[in-house]
Amino acid sequence: MTSVKLKLKESDVQKLKEVAKSFNNEAGELINVLHKAQEIFGYLPAEVQEVVAQELNVPVAKVYGVVTFYSFFTMLPRGRYPISICTGTACYVRGAEKVLDEFKRILKIPVGETTSDGKFSITCLRCVGACGLAPVVMVGDKTYGRVTTDGVKDILKEYDTED
Amino acid sequence: MELIKLTIDNRTVEVEKGTTIFHAAKKLGIEIPTLCYMNLKDLNIEHKPGGCRICVVEVEGRRNLAPSCATECMEGMVVKTHTVRVLNARRTVLELIISDHPFDCLICAKSGNCDLQSLAIKLGVRDIPFQGEKSTYKPDFSPAIIRDMDKCIMCRRCETMCNDFQTVGVLSGINRGFEAVVAPAFERDLDHSECTYCGQCVAVCPTGALTEVDHTKNVIAALSDSKKTVVVQTAPAVRAALGEEFGLEAGTLVTGKMVAALRQLGFDYVFDTDFAADLTIMEEGTELLDRLTRHLGGDKEVKLPILTSCCPGWVNFFEYNYPDMMDVPSTARSPQQMFGAIAKTYFAEKINVKREDMVVVSIMPCVAKKYECTREEFATDGNPDVDFSISTRELAHFIKSANINFNALPDEDFDKPLGESTGAAVIFGTTGGVIEAAARTAYELHTGKTLEKVDFEALRGFDGIRSASVDFDGVDIKIGIAHGLGNARKMLDDVKAGRSEFHAIEIMACPGGCIGGGGQPLHHGDSSVLRARAKAIYSEDESKVLRKSHENPSIIKLYEEYLGKPGSEKAHHLLHTHYFDKKSKQVLLD
Repeated sequence: MTSVKLKLKESDVQKLKEVAKSFNNEAGELINVLHKAQEIFGYLPAEVQEVVAQELNVPVAKVYGVVTFYSFFTMLPRGRYPISICTGTACYVRGAEKVLDEFKRILKIPVGETTSDGKFSITCLRCVGACGLAPVVMVGDKTYGRVTTDGVKDILKEYDTED
Repeated sequence: MELIKLTIDNRTVEVEKGTTIFHAAKKLGIEIPTLCYMNLKDLNIEHKPGGCRICVVEVEGRRNLAPSCATECMEGMVVKTHTVRVLNARRTVLELIISDHPFDCLICAKSGNCDLQSLAIKLGVRDIPFQGEKSTYKPDFSPAIIRDMDKCIMCRRCETMCNDFQTVGVLSGINRGFEAVVAPAFERDLDHSECTYCGQCVAVCPTGALTEVDHTKNVIAALSDSKKTVVVQTAPAVRAALGEEFGLEAGTLVTGKMVAALRQLGFDYVFDTDFAADLTIMEEGTELLDRLTRHLGGDKEVKLPILTSCCPGWVNFFEYNYPDMMDVPSTARSPQQMFGAIAKTYFAEKINVKREDMVVVSIMPCVAKKYECTREEFATDGNPDVDFSISTRELAHFIKSANINFNALPDEDFDKPLGESTGAAVIFGTTGGVIEAAARTAYELHTGKTLEKVDFEALRGFDGIRSASVDFDGVDIKIGIAHGLGNARKMLDDVKAGRSEFHAIEIMACPGGCIGGGGQPLHHGDSSVLRARAKAIYSEDESKVLRKSHENPSIIKLYEEYLGKPGSEKAHHLLHTHYFDKKSKQVLLD
């Protein structure tokens, strides 16, 4: 947890307030609103959760409870190229863990964190519905199938030039 | 009403449709153990997350064991509550819970009063076959409540009290799986949350995860210092509950024994917060009459309703939630703080003791009072008006540790002058009492007539929100009463929206008022205890010769000798306060 209060962009906050309004500011829509909030801000820092709590009139502790319960939600900013490794059953039995270890080794970060240059982040997810391609890795919206440990550095290389 | 017949442990029972197995069994006298289930009937609070799985039973034809607290009875159901399978499962569940719990029972604040410990004793747990990682969290020390989440078993009762009953919303279940725990947002400590320190989470916690800050050590240190004059005050609700800690039936009044015990413990002066409650009525009642007279005279500037301000949990609540209404509550300090201010000025001068040589201790049914006496505005040059506040539970421990045979003590009387009080003061301890006391005095001051019947039955009762009209000789005074902060919120929102027409409102943070305070002996889910305590309070009122605050001779003398009249400049300086906007002061990540 940082000790400095983040200053959110006013236009983004306004967007979030409109999202809440589109859900009639209903407390029951908390998860939907959080999804949209994460789309807007890329992650859900405390300051964003405070706004959500206020707009839906729910305690901020409750919002934090939901954010920390679902692995989809993150309180840390993700990299420009967020890497998601599927560790669902099919991918797992076909070596997803070794692939994950290789990403961690090369990027020197654990799951859930972002490289210091803000370029890559690693998360795990459960099943993207492409079990035939197991093990599956996603970088942003791009999907890679039948990934091997040797293939990991090739994937990362694709993003070398784009920086 | 549809009735259902079922069999539990080979006995037939008939229950209403919708009844759970847990309650049907209870009807047969079978107490199924549980760690998470909680039913506070008088408060309309039922907590049944079905989470602890201690209450599982076998239902014929069903593959899995059923949690009895969350399974409804069906016609013809055959239930077994103590088969080998059930007992093994229950034991395994308990062993798993204990495997992630510290083994420091000997020195735990909850030892002897812990539901987890009691169950382990009941089931005869002798070893824990499961070894593994244990959850560890940083303990959270606030001015009133200690959170030691290593001892949390995730029953989530505290969450229900904090959110559903109190609507404070500080505690929530966070994270998932092994890391799951109950915490304030962003795992801040309580001191940096909107916690009101009402202590209702402490009152329902089955283990030592939530306890009060113990100030007994500081009190003992003061008592053993020969240079200090130690003065004690006892809140009205304490005398109606302290006996429970010594095995006496709920509702046994122990006023005289309590005074005797305090004297034996070595306090130099055993006084009564009731004295200050009478004083509160003089100040608050005068303020009410003043606002009322101006309002009836057509003064548009005057704010009504007036809200009581005796309860520190309630004061915290409105400072966080209604910063725009800070001119509505009475400016009168709470009785605890009025007592401290008078003890360290008027009384200290009387006995020729310097302020810094006097220690004022309060015995309170409350944990928020610990916080209240640390508020900066209640100190002179850094010396607090009330030095330490200990709860009813702490006092009971203190008496036991001093090897005093409480039940054999003779009845003794409070010292004078700050121990003299009327019946109006003692009812401060129960919901509706403060406003009834105020009505008794305000009626006589307003009408100039003698109030023949002092019991305002319309103001009594246990409903969370009540309203009544009191006839002030032709003028109808509309009074509102709420206990529990969730009920207070409803009432305040009505005031804010202009839907309420009350002249005066009494609010208490805890269920039943102070008798159900966070510092009282634990009720272990039996809310009938609160009713018994309320009855005891009213019986003490009835037994008094003087039952109106303004007739208290020591109060009359205090005004004659020292304060002048209610609302005087001196009274304002010593007995009134101001409030702070805590919402905008709340810094997110400090």
